Amino acid sequence: MIKISHVTRTYQEANGRQVRALQDVSLNLEAGSMTAITGPSGCGKSTLLHLLGALDQPDAGEITVNGIALQHATESQRTRYRRETVGIVFQFFHLLPGMTLLENVALPLILGGSGQAVATVRAVELISLAGLREKANRLPHEVSGGELQRAAVARALVHRPRLLLADEPTGNLDSANATRVLDLFHNIHQEGLATIIMVTHSREIAAQMPNHLEMADGALQSMAQGMAY
Amino acid sequence: MRTGTTFRTSLRALQRNKMRSLLTALGIIIGVGAVIAMVSIGNGAKAMVENQIASLGENVILVMSGSMNSRGVSSGSGGVYTMTIPDMEAIRSEVDGVKAISPEARRSQRVAAGNQNWLTTINGVAPEYFDLRRWPLAEGTCFTERDVRGATKVAVVGATVVEELFNGENPVGGTIRVRNIPFLITGVLTRKGSSLMGSDQDDAVFVPYTSAMKRIIGTETVRTIHVQAEQASAMPDMQAQITSLLNQRHRIGPEKDSDFMVRSQEDIAQTANATSKVMTGLLAAIASVSLLVGGIGIMNIMLVSVTERTREIGIRMAVGAHGRDILLQFLVESIVLSCLGGVFGILVGVGTAKLVTMITGWNTLISPSAILMSFTFSAFIGIFFGFYPAKKAAALDPIEALRYE
Ligand SMILES: Nc1ncnc2c1ncn2[C@@H]1O[C@H](COP(=O)(O)OP(=O)(O)OP(=O)(O)O)[C@@H](O)[C@H]1O
Ligand SMILES: [Mg+2]
Repeated sequence: MIKISHVTRTYQEANGRQVRALQDVSLNLEAGSMTAITGPSGCGKSTLLHLLGALDQPDAGEITVNGIALQHATESQRTRYRRETVGIVFQFFHLLPGMTLLENVALPLILGGSGQAVATVRAVELISLAGLREKANRLPHEVSGGELQRAAVARALVHRPRLLLADEPTGNLDSANATRVLDLFHNIHQEGLATIIMVTHSREIAAQMPNHLEMADGALQSMAQGMAY
Repeated sequence: MRTGTTFRTSLRALQRNKMRSLLTALGIIIGVGAVIAMVSIGNGAKAMVENQIASLGENVILVMSGSMNSRGVSSGSGGVYTMTIPDMEAIRSEVDGVKAISPEARRSQRVAAGNQNWLTTINGVAPEYFDLRRWPLAEGTCFTERDVRGATKVAVVGATVVEELFNGENPVGGTIRVRNIPFLITGVLTRKGSSLMGSDQDDAVFVPYTSAMKRIIGTETVRTIHVQAEQASAMPDMQAQITSLLNQRHRIGPEKDSDFMVRSQEDIAQTANATSKVMTGLLAAIASVSLLVGGIGIMNIMLVSVTERTREIGIRMAVGAHGRDILLQFLVESIVLSCLGGVFGILVGVGTAKLVTMITGWNTLISPSAILMSFTFSAFIGIFFGFYPAKKAAALDPIEALRYE
């Protein structure tokens, strides 16, 4: 379902120096699989997720998701892909500051053309699953980091994406809430509804995942399949 | 995204920055208000002038002493008028299509009645004068051709004179003393209002022109002769005939300056209209500049707002907003700003026009077309000046926008 071949992404720094964030990365993932990615800070994990989410373009190589070759897609196809196929939990949450948590969670549905009422019902469902029922009408700056993170998870799942990209979704959570989020992911996985790729710094969490990839210096190190289950 | 939702999003963004939105809209409010107020004042002046020109009468040609020449307006040699009663008789008998004709022999004069006195204008005219000027009597009767022949001491008085000398009571049958000569008042005129030059036309005492010229002024010449044509279509031809007749009578050749002017009502209307058109145009142009400045203000604020909300735009795009959703959101914002400005601008403009009338007494005429036009224009300004910032927002790269600090 996901086919990454020889992908390279280079950033141009302000002083003209080039940073190789990803270097010749190739990877195949099956539909409905669940994968953890670990690796030291700055090794290119977020960059990889952004490329998979069609937010960014590789300098070289190809990424194909569900038969869509992302770098050849038109801007409107990429927008459609972002809106319908992918759900992203950003490392830095990226909630809209002027909207309540509930409105933030409903936003992907609204952008997809759903009516306010339908979107709100579904958003309340996700907010409750994330344990934020009481905080639903607060603005992002009125809740804790962990609550923001859970709202970001709820937003990524609200439109039932077929590909979930989660960048350290448990980084700010205590173990109880981390478990709650992971259980959510596992449920989705078990229902066979989505392919899940999750970046984490916790080896413990990575060990619970069916697949575990390690990255270093912009490249994949090892591919330990089926380690846990 | 649904259009209604886009609208709500835009309104919320404007509400979040109330003060800023208000100040931005203020540019448009002032612009639209200024255009409407200026056009109202211009139109009011125009309507007043038209009214006054119509009050001259119907199909009227004025033959005036003096001329326009290279030295400007002169009133004939040494300030003495050049038109005479024989000139008038010649026009009546030799020019075709004359319906009525009357001289105007004017002079400023103190008059008295009982123990009151009042400085007014004595106007020596023919009996036809009142019909010619469509100026009916309110009371009594007019003097006649026989009064003219006999230079009798009769007078018809204007409404202002009645107020000033007779406390508004009907003076018909009473006397008014002009240079200590008692004149019998036979009639009172209806109110006419101010003239093109702004003087009060009702502040006058009308007497047979012979009486005025012999008994009061002591002159053989008059300032103006009013000629009424039978038909409007004959007027240009009549003007030519009058000119050539008077040239002949006054022995005016190619090398001698003319000592009279012949103007039709239409000429006067055209000149006045041209002037007021230029005035209105100028006022509207000045006001439009402030609309333009208001538009630039909107563009400026929208650009600031796009920069400020770069991250928001990135997030929206990351969760699936189309470029056109973003474009529409910002465009709607600027259109709402400018249209709100337009609506309040209309109120301000109409209010200003009313206030001007109240304070200065000028005639103002609020024109619906000016309102419609400036509102449409302000909506257009919203689209025009909002488009570039909105386009800029829509063209942002999602990942760059997300990283923007
Ligand atoms: N916009 C950018 N301009 C220049 N360099 C960048 C940019 N974004 C990322 N980098 C660099 O690219 C490399 C990979 O960054 P990336 O964000 O993918 O790391 P990461 O693995 O997600 O790290 P972390 O675990 O700290 O989140 C890093 O060296 C980073 O400094
Ligand atoms: Mg990262």
